[in-house]
Amino acid sequence: MSVDLSTRYLGFPLRGPLVASASPMTGTLEGLARLQEAGAAMAVMPSLFEEQIVHEELSLHALHEYGSESFAEALGYQPALDFPHSTEGYLETLRRARRELTLPVSASLNGCTAGGWAHLAHEIEQAGASALELNVYVVATDLDTSSAELERRALDLVAIVRAAVALPLAVKIGPGFSAPAHFCRRLVEAGADGLVLFNRYLRPDVDLERLELVPSLVLSDSYAARIPLQWIGILRGKLSCSLAASSGVHTAEDALKLLLVGADVVMATSALLKHGPAKLRELEQGLRAWMEAHGYTSVEQLKGSLSQANCPDPSAYERANYMRALISYTGKFI
Amino acid sequence: MPSTSLTLDGNEAAARVAYRASEVIALYPITPASPMGEHCDAWAGAGEVNLWGAVPEVIEMQSEGGAAGAVHGALQAGALATTFTASQGLLLMIPNLFKIAGELTPAVVHVAARTLATHALSIFGDHSDVMAARSCGWAMLCASSVQEAQDMALVAHAATLESRVPFLHFFDGFRTSHEVARMVPLADDDLRALLSEEAMRAHRARALTPERPVLRGTAQNPDVFFQAREAANPFHDAVPGIVKDVLARFAARTGRRYAPFEYEGAPDAERVLVLMGSGAGAAGEAVAELVRRGEKVGLLTVRLFRPFSAADFVAVLPERVRALAVLDRTKEPGAAGEPLYQDVLTALHEAWGAVHAGAPRPDVIGGRYGLSSKEFTPAMAAAVLAELTRPAPKRHFTIGIHDDVTHLSLAWDEAFETEADDVVRAVFYGLGSDGTVGANKNSVKIVGEHTPLHAQGYFVYDSRKAGAVTVSHLRFSPRPIRSTYLVRRAGFVACHQFHFLERMDVLELAAPGATFLLNSPYGPAEVWAHLPREVQRSILEKELRLFVVDARRVAEAAGLGGRINTVMQACFFALSAILPRDEALARIKEFIEESYGKRGRAVLERNFAAVDGALAALHEVALPAAELGTLRRLPAVPEAAPDFVQRVTALMLAGHGDRLPVSALPVDGTFPTGTARWEKRGIALEIPLWDAALCIDCGLCALVCPHAAIRMKAYAPEALAGAPAEFPSKVWSGKELAGHRMTIQVAPDDCTGCGMCVDVCPARSKEVAKHKALDMHPRTAELARERARYEFFLDLPELERTQVELETPKTTQLLEPLFEYSGACAGCGETPYLKLLSQLYGDRLLIANATGCSSIYSGNLPTTPWTTNRDGRGPAWANSLFEDNAEFGLGLRLACDQRRDVARALLRTEAAGLGDELVRTLLETDQLPEANLARVRAAVEELRRRLAGRTDERARRLLELADALVERSVWIVGGDGWAYDIGFGGLDHVLASGRDVNVLVLDTGVYSNTGGQASKATPRAAVAKFAAGGKDVRKKDLGLLAAAYGNVYVAQIALGANPKQTIEAFREAESWRGPSLLIAYSHCIAHGIEMSSAMGHQKEAVNSGFWPLFRYDPRLGGPGLHPFQLDSRKPRTSFQEFAAKEARFAMLARANPQQAAHLMKLAQADIDERYRYYEQLAGVERVATDGSEESHP
Repeated sequence: MSVDLSTRYLGFPLRGPLVASASPMTGTLEGLARLQEAGAAMAVMPSLFEEQIVHEELSLHALHEYGSESFAEALGYQPALDFPHSTEGYLETLRRARRELTLPVSASLNGCTAGGWAHLAHEIEQAGASALELNVYVVATDLDTSSAELERRALDLVAIVRAAVALPLAVKIGPGFSAPAHFCRRLVEAGADGLVLFNRYLRPDVDLERLELVPSLVLSDSYAARIPLQWIGILRGKLSCSLAASSGVHTAEDALKLLLVGADVVMATSALLKHGPAKLRELEQGLRAWMEAHGYTSVEQLKGSLSQANCPDPSAYERANYMRALISYTGKFI
Repeated sequence: MPSTSLTLDGNEAAARVAYRASEVIALYPITPASPMGEHCDAWAGAGEVNLWGAVPEVIEMQSEGGAAGAVHGALQAGALATTFTASQGLLLMIPNLFKIAGELTPAVVHVAARTLATHALSIFGDHSDVMAARSCGWAMLCASSVQEAQDMALVAHAATLESRVPFLHFFDGFRTSHEVARMVPLADDDLRALLSEEAMRAHRARALTPERPVLRGTAQNPDVFFQAREAANPFHDAVPGIVKDVLARFAARTGRRYAPFEYEGAPDAERVLVLMGSGAGAAGEAVAELVRRGEKVGLLTVRLFRPFSAADFVAVLPERVRALAVLDRTKEPGAAGEPLYQDVLTALHEAWGAVHAGAPRPDVIGGRYGLSSKEFTPAMAAAVLAELTRPAPKRHFTIGIHDDVTHLSLAWDEAFETEADDVVRAVFYGLGSDGTVGANKNSVKIVGEHTPLHAQGYFVYDSRKAGAVTVSHLRFSPRPIRSTYLVRRAGFVACHQFHFLERMDVLELAAPGATFLLNSPYGPAEVWAHLPREVQRSILEKELRLFVVDARRVAEAAGLGGRINTVMQACFFALSAILPRDEALARIKEFIEESYGKRGRAVLERNFAAVDGALAALHEVALPAAELGTLRRLPAVPEAAPDFVQRVTALMLAGHGDRLPVSALPVDGTFPTGTARWEKRGIALEIPLWDAALCIDCGLCALVCPHAAIRMKAYAPEALAGAPAEFPSKVWSGKELAGHRMTIQVAPDDCTGCGMCVDVCPARSKEVAKHKALDMHPRTAELARERARYEFFLDLPELERTQVELETPKTTQLLEPLFEYSGACAGCGETPYLKLLSQLYGDRLLIANATGCSSIYSGNLPTTPWTTNRDGRGPAWANSLFEDNAEFGLGLRLACDQRRDVARALLRTEAAGLGDELVRTLLETDQLPEANLARVRAAVEELRRRLAGRTDERARRLLELADALVERSVWIVGGDGWAYDIGFGGLDHVLASGRDVNVLVLDTGVYSNTGGQASKATPRAAVAKFAAGGKDVRKKDLGLLAAAYGNVYVAQIALGANPKQTIEAFREAESWRGPSLLIAYSHCIAHGIEMSSAMGHQKEAVNSGFWPLFRYDPRLGGPGLHPFQLDSRKPRTSFQEFAAKEARFAMLARANPQQAAHLMKLAQADIDERYRYYEQLAGVERVATDGSEESHP
């Protein structure tokens, strides 16, 4: 019995639900080609960080101005080099990937100013991206900024990008919002075609020798999938948008669970970084085997079959602690 | 407004022609000609083609001598070749210039004429260099403006092809090479029309080729040499005619008319001024004004100086001319007169009668002017013409200075001015770092290219690199601008930094009623009270209009930090009304886009925001009727400064060095040391403050400080008597000075705020990790307290040198630095080595310093950082040249040795009379240990006492030589441009000499002083000027080349990576009685690094194997012994990791990722291979066959 793995995401069909999420691998043409060969249904390129681009432009500018026009013998200290714009490499990779590969490729963007988001989104659309993923990344350290204010800013940015481009638009958020369901609804209202749940933030570490904080990247494990599992299950069927599960997809079982609770696609990063693109093939085989063994004929069939709306015990999604299951001693109707 | 006009400087104007008309361009950087080569290199890098559709071969050579050689070869093989140079560079080309001319080879060398070093080096302009080359047989064509620098460049290229006589095309360094002015560019077709194809074919046909072999460069004997030399005469004789013909064709095509000699002024002039170069602008203005006043005067401008066509010269002179005053921009001591003067005399003598038969031959006087870019104004030209009216004019004179010694100078009337009122004249005082000059260059372009006005910009830079002050002089005029002198009366003055007000007179040039724009943190209501009284007085007396703008706030709001240039530029245009306000702002933005467009949107948007925010923040100040407050401008130097500093240095510091008369200056270029300490510049925004409770006495802060502005002292507790309140102090933790206390103190007015000391400080608070024993704090808040503390600190007693072993950073830093407060860049990587050297051996040090950064921060007036200890002893320093430094240093050693040996011989013969014990002490003491040196010094004193009464010749001789009995430490210091390139031949010879000299190479991997051109020390994969595509060959391994001799001590060191190894290397080099070579990793602003963390970069350079540390000590050789010690561990990080943090490598990855990846791979392979090789060397047995027995490892 053959199973149909195809799914729809952000309004377009994909050959399967396994998507390669943003990582160094998706940032090069070679990496994307290898992912396509391994069966990825789609790939999301690493985020263009507006802050990083701005920093790079300003530091390059500062470098050329530093010490210049100060001293009669040296009106400058750097050779005249012709630099492409700082986004040019990224856009060129995107352009070539779209030209040379069949794999749909989504760009990803992290902006910090309204103008910056719209401008970069436009450039990405021009370069032929299949979709755009907005990476809403906030570390809310300011004591004076409320969650409402932060949410408003994010919604404004989504609306601005929505107005600027016609591309299918996904919004990737972190799990830290106090009212995720409400906020997700607002994002869809602001124009998101899909939600990517969730971003995993870099958490700093302490270097005990140097007594300094150091950025440290720790790859996820399967347990990390529990957060998207919970929220995708809760949101499935309640929002008219695509849902992508991101974080903790290491095995076919992880992927299946996420599909069952309602993900349209599952995104893998850590597993691919650890094992290489070939891991995708293994995941797909696992997916097929389980579906065949359990009598499923298509991904569409199983998608959301265990969502909060569809599962036998909806309250399981809402338990937050080691509370015993609430047992009723009467029926609902006399 | 000619849409075809361009606004650029003289260097670019000339280079645009040279590039298109050449096939081979050989380069070597030298101020002020370097930009011509840099332009060519950049154009070639960008693939721009010459007239024949090819990208010229552009190659950097190891010296100007090398460049001339390469040009000579290229010419012989049939290419059209050129080069650019100035000053000593031209001198180094002279042997080839004779050859090229002797072989009748068409070629052009473009010269930004610059002063030759005599009693001092000067980077500025005069004709001493080209005049020194006038006997080479080259035609010499002079341009006197930016337009002419382009036009004469083409005339030179065209005329040389037709005449076969090579051409030196020259224009005045800085005044023309660096002046930005509107000019009409020449199109490719103009060049093609002038350059004769036929002559080019003939040139190519003469090329050396095995198809038609010939022999050139023969050696000739007395029988034929002379005749052969004369055989070329017809070619030289034909040059003036050919030049006139080319000029006629040029005029026909462009409408611009020139002649070998040009006359302007009254047709019936009786008095005529003769000169060449940019001075013609000022002189022309003077003549026009005097003619307007009815005087019969004229000006003759010389363009074709060689061959000097007497007939043409005489022909352009008015019939009635009675007297000529010839001005030379050079000095030839001992000559009957300067060269142009002599030529004029000869020409009149030979040709006057033939042209002006019957008219009396005019009298001629000759004068010098404008040496080293000395200002030459219309008033001075008028004074020279006035001299001709005197009954007995000075036959030889100077103009522009006050000569109270030989009384040659003419006085001039400062009030004589020629500039019309409708010329906008503006002066801007800024910092190098605030971008003032860049914005002003754009303003000149905006006006020059978008209005009918002519525009001119000239920029006066600082001789110091940290906190450099710039003064921009701008003119805008409805007529062409010939004012080749600084603005003398400005209708607009802008002061871009408020703190300048307390240190310099920025209103000196303000005309009555002028507009004064001040960048002020104080608003219009409060600013008055914050102005020094002198400023208030000038504003009121001159009835200036005062405007303030808080440019820093606007720039910061726009995200530009301290880069206030666009804010100030917008205000200038708003106030000057040269353009309608809206148009001006739109143009500024256009030029921002043009200048910075490639740097990205963020850069543009921020600058646009600054422009937009500027005018709202601009306010006119309602002036009070009277002066207010007690603020005063600070004196240039404190009252305690010595007499010479008060009389001479202070005037230079105040910007009034022009006022010093001849008698005020040393006759032979000898200056006192110890003067930087009187120059309190206070340029740091933040200074380090010390927390005694956290300090661990490591001394690293003082060790790395490039300016000796943070210091450490250990002293007996009693010394604290009379200390200022809460003077910080702690117990010294070392064993060697038990019972002492110590203090680390910043010099708040000398610190540049680079932050290196804080970065290297290892002592962190246990409670608050960011708090270290040193933290940066805003300077102004702590100023008074820290000044008082530093004053007290300086008075704390210095340790005896014998009290500590100089083995560690900690103990070396207890010694007084004799190199302090240099004007080097904030965070300089070179100066810490020199300071350490001064601490270790300053009291016995002779330094030969190659030209470059180190000679500039050491010896560029007004002050020097080299200083003396309490006994008056300290480093004696001299700079000879760039290329000869090793030889110069060897000469110092030879003289010391000779004097010492004579003294020792005399001692031996006089031993009986002087006392055996004393003589034995003087002859036999090993002077290396400090205590022994002190004993010898005492013995020398005793010797003096014993010789004092004696009158015999031997005793007098010995007394005179007594000092030579104390060992001298001779150090030869220079950068990698010197050691690896131009001076390598000499360095090699000196190392091979076996003599006891120590060479310190401050290796930044580029020519830092001239702006970062590649040298053979530039590492693979780094970008640099002349290696914009990334250096694609490995860095030369200078250390191993030297170690190959076997008897040379060699060390490769990096202070930031391993200070202990650095100190050991200095000690071992000093103690080795043969030649020593230290190659010192010196970070540099040209590396593109965060300078405060530069010492960390040194660590990473070593950890990655990029800069392996090693020492080769001949003393450690012997059977079974291995003198090569590898002091670095195996590389622990990749080159990539190190390189990513330095823009010199990282930039290439941005500009050309593929090339970057390729070179990075090769660079990593270099590192791996070298480490393997060094590891093997560390196991190689070697014996130094002539190792000195006197040496002490």
